[in-house]
Amino acid sequence: MHELSIAMSIVDLAAEQAAKHEALEIEEIELDIGCLSGVEMDSFDFAWRQAVKRTILENAIRKVNRIEGKAHCLECGCNFDMHHLYDSCPDCNSHFSEILSGKELKVRSLVLPD
Amino acid sequence: MCATCGCGPSSHDHQDHEHGHDHSHQNGKGKKVIDVEQDILHENNLLAERNRGFFEGRNILAINLVSSPGSGKTSLLERTLTDLKGELEFAVIEGDQQTANDADRIHATGTKVTQINTGKGCHLDAHMVLHAVQGMKLKADSVLFIENVGNLVCPAMFDLGEKERAVVISVTEGEDKPLKYPDMFHSSTLCIINKTDLLPYVKFDVEKAKEYARKVNPSLEIIELSCTSGEGMQLWYDWLKSKVLTPA
Repeated sequence: MHELSIAMSIVDLAAEQAAKHEALEIEEIELDIGCLSGVEMDSFDFAWRQAVKRTILENAIRKVNRIEGKAHCLECGCNFDMHHLYDSCPDCNSHFSEILSGKELKVRSLVLPD
Repeated sequence: MCATCGCGPSSHDHQDHEHGHDHSHQNGKGKKVIDVEQDILHENNLLAERNRGFFEGRNILAINLVSSPGSGKTSLLERTLTDLKGELEFAVIEGDQQTANDADRIHATGTKVTQINTGKGCHLDAHMVLHAVQGMKLKADSVLFIENVGNLVCPAMFDLGEKERAVVISVTEGEDKPLKYPDMFHSSTLCIINKTDLLPYVKFDVEKAKEYARKVNPSLEIIELSCTSGEGMQLWYDWLKSKVLTPA
C-alpha cells in the first residue's frame, strides 16, 4: 500500500505550492502516472480519498494522465510498446531494453483560484 | 527539530530544500495555473542521494535487502555476519512493522544494529534511513545491510541511497515471483535464491525462476544458496567482497 505514501507526498507537495502562491484552496490537480510506475490505480483511488481529507486538496478535481509504456530495444534499436516490465522486443525478442516512458510519477500542474 | 533535514516531532516539512522553480499563467477563466512538473518521490530521492553521498564519502557499501516475508533475509544476514566476522566490518539496519526481534538476532552475532519500526508503514524510505544512520556512527570502509520490510511490492519504489539492491526469493515460493512482482526484480542488481537445501521436497523450477527474473531484468546477477546447509554461500561472499572497494 505504498499508494498511501504517494498520495500523502502529493498532498505535501500541493500544500507547499499553494502556500508559495498564497492560495487557500486548490481547484484542480493534474498528475502524470505512468503505466509502468508501479502504482495500482484502484489502491491509489482508495488512498487518495483518505489522504486528501481535511487538506487543501479535499475538494480539488483530480486529473490523471496515464502515460503508456514505451521502450527502446538495445539489441536491434527498434522502439516498442511495453505493457509489462517483462515484455521482450517484438522484432528480435531481446529483453535488453531501455524504458522511454511509462515510469512517470509527477505533479504536472495545479489550478488555483485567482 | 532535526538539524539535518529540518523535520520536527510533529511536522515533516522540508522548507529548507529547494524544489526548483515553477511557472504560472492565467488560464483565461480568471484562474491561476501553476506548472509544477515535479516528481512525486522528489523528496525521497533527494534524501536518498544525500545518503548515497554520505556512504560514498566513507566508502560504505550499502545493500538494500528486499523480499517477501519469510524468504530468509535475517537468516542470511546472521550466517554472513558470523562467517565473515573479522574479514569485513558490518553494520545492519533492520526494518519491520513491529518488534525488535530481528535486531535482537543480529545483535547476538555481535554486529552493530539499529531497528526501525515502521508501524503501519509497508516500506523503509530514505528519511528513515537518514535518521537511523545518524545514530549509528558507521565506520569507514564497512558494509551496511539495510533489511527492508518483508514486502515484494512497496519497497521497490523507494530509493534509500543504497549501492546495491539484493532481492531474496526462496524455493518454497513460486518460481514465477519475478513475473508477478516485476518492479522489485527490475530495480534490483542481485537476486538470491535461498533455501536450495529444500529443492528435493518442493516443486520449484530453479531454471524457470532464473529465466523469469532475466526476462524482467537481463543484467540481474543470480546466486543460489542455502543458509542452512551453507551450499552456495561462498558465491555470495565472493560477490560481496568484489563489491567492497579497497580503501585508497
